[in-house]
Amino acid sequence: MAQTYLHPAREQSAALKALKKRRRGGAAPYLFIFPWIFGFLVFTLGPLLFSLVISFFDWPIVGKVTFIGLGNYVEMFTDDPLFWKSLMVTLKFAVLFVPLNIIVALGLAMLLNQKVRGSAIFRTAFYLPSVISGVALAMIWSWVYSGDYGILNYFLSIFGIQGPDWLNDTKWSLVAMVVASLWGQGSMMLIFLAGLKGIPKDLYESASIDGAGKLRQFVSVTVPMITPTILFNLITSIIAAFQQLTLALLLTGGGPMKATYFYAMYMYENAFKYFKMGYSAANAWFMFLIVLTLTFLVFKSSEAWVFYEGEMKRGPQKKPKPAKGGRVG
Amino acid sequence: MKKTLSYLALILLSLLFIAPLFWAITTALKSPQELYLFPPKWIPSVFRFSNFADAWNIQPFNLFLKNTLIVTLLSTLGQLVSCTLVAYGFARFEFKGRNLLFLIVLATMMIPWEVTMIPQYMEFNYLGWINTLKPLIVPSWFGSAYFIFLLRQFIMTLPRELDEAATIDGAGKLTVLMRVIVPLMGPSLILVAVFQMMNCWNDYLGPLIFLNDQTKYTLTLGLSQFKGMYGVDMQSIMAITCLISIPPLAIFFFAQRYIVGGIASTGIKG
Repeated sequence: MAQTYLHPAREQSAALKALKKRRRGGAAPYLFIFPWIFGFLVFTLGPLLFSLVISFFDWPIVGKVTFIGLGNYVEMFTDDPLFWKSLMVTLKFAVLFVPLNIIVALGLAMLLNQKVRGSAIFRTAFYLPSVISGVALAMIWSWVYSGDYGILNYFLSIFGIQGPDWLNDTKWSLVAMVVASLWGQGSMMLIFLAGLKGIPKDLYESASIDGAGKLRQFVSVTVPMITPTILFNLITSIIAAFQQLTLALLLTGGGPMKATYFYAMYMYENAFKYFKMGYSAANAWFMFLIVLTLTFLVFKSSEAWVFYEGEMKRGPQKKPKPAKGGRVG
Repeated sequence: MKKTLSYLALILLSLLFIAPLFWAITTALKSPQELYLFPPKWIPSVFRFSNFADAWNIQPFNLFLKNTLIVTLLSTLGQLVSCTLVAYGFARFEFKGRNLLFLIVLATMMIPWEVTMIPQYMEFNYLGWINTLKPLIVPSWFGSAYFIFLLRQFIMTLPRELDEAATIDGAGKLTVLMRVIVPLMGPSLILVAVFQMMNCWNDYLGPLIFLNDQTKYTLTLGLSQFKGMYGVDMQSIMAITCLISIPPLAIFFFAQRYIVGGIASTGIKG
């Protein structure tokens, strides 16, 4: 670039301006993002709207299509015990799974974040189960949970505990499902680990100079600093809980006595077992609304508990958040 | 003292995480007689490596492997091409509606697949694509939000002076992308390829919904149908489970540092 070197500064900036203009230039950017736009319309937005439309129809896969207005939704809420049952199962699962998932992932990440030898090996051990397919995971756990020959009950028998037939026991099957899901928590752990590594060391140093013990440091330094990561993982976990289908299909088939009949499975069966496409679309939209509402609530509440470091450090450079009812001037 | 406790916890917990995998491998090597013993034997008295070949031949797993490879390779190629183009478009141009469109890209990550699953099924049914591998491949050629986001973030970190130098030398926009940007995107493209290959190889619900005929099955679907089949014993199921887990595990070991870094970056900046 010896050429530019010779240019006077003004001319150079004029050249840059021209470049900036070209960067904005015409149809080119739309051509580049066209694949996404097309895919979005055809595989996401189109289906999303279409599923809303068919949710107002009685729409069997073959046969006559009839408009029934809110009929599907009315039936769902008033005349379908399975809807309520599966919703309750999913909520129960979420209540157990979401907090445990976060606690396990954060706990493992904190263990790994210490100065220990071979932490890469331990990290690999915790992450490995997340690499394999959900089908493989289900096959392995159905064998681990086997009532008569399973390794879990053998392990318990060492301590003199007679384990149940996990997957066929109405009391235990959902718990078994939670545990099997926790086994695949790896990515969440990695996200937490990165969050922990991002906490500046001097915060701990000054905390300990101020006389804060380990527990105090955890509560006052670690937790506030990783709240953004917790938020991200919380939302991902909630969505994952509502989408739980593979394990239900392969481990228990929704049984015993519908004890693990997840909402996603209910939806799946309505569509692909009973071929009630319209009804299943209504189920899907209801789930979508629940997930959106929960995500929105988590986000809303996050204003109270999530702490963004950037807001303090770089506050003035960023667009200031408008105060309630106020305006950004 | 404190360190000892940490090590103890780490060792015990990692054993806990590895135990089911280990149990699957040793089960795959057992003879039928040793399968149903209580207390179970961790290590079989004879390692029956023939179990793997026997199990593989019970169903046309070679065919399933071929299908899986076709889907995995073509869809990964599709993601790489389409997401690079789109990410470049978002990262390097200023155009009307860019921020809104990018917000929509991010928002689509929140849409559960179950919501679009039924219309997609009907769409593919209308096109006559049900029971072909197309529904598992074609959408990958139109980008996916997460990868677009990932690649865009990466391109943003590359200095613009590079593009500008090439532009001054008369390179067109596509040439800049191919000659300047792509050669620098190595790590992030590997990350996309690795994630997509794993997702695709491990995918179960897609094949379950879009494929009916056994000749079209992928490996995961083949394995899932295996359970409860007449004459299929637990050691065969575990043998196939182990075999189909090898490629993702191998990819993981090969690309571990990309994966760890890649997953980490999503949570923080995301």
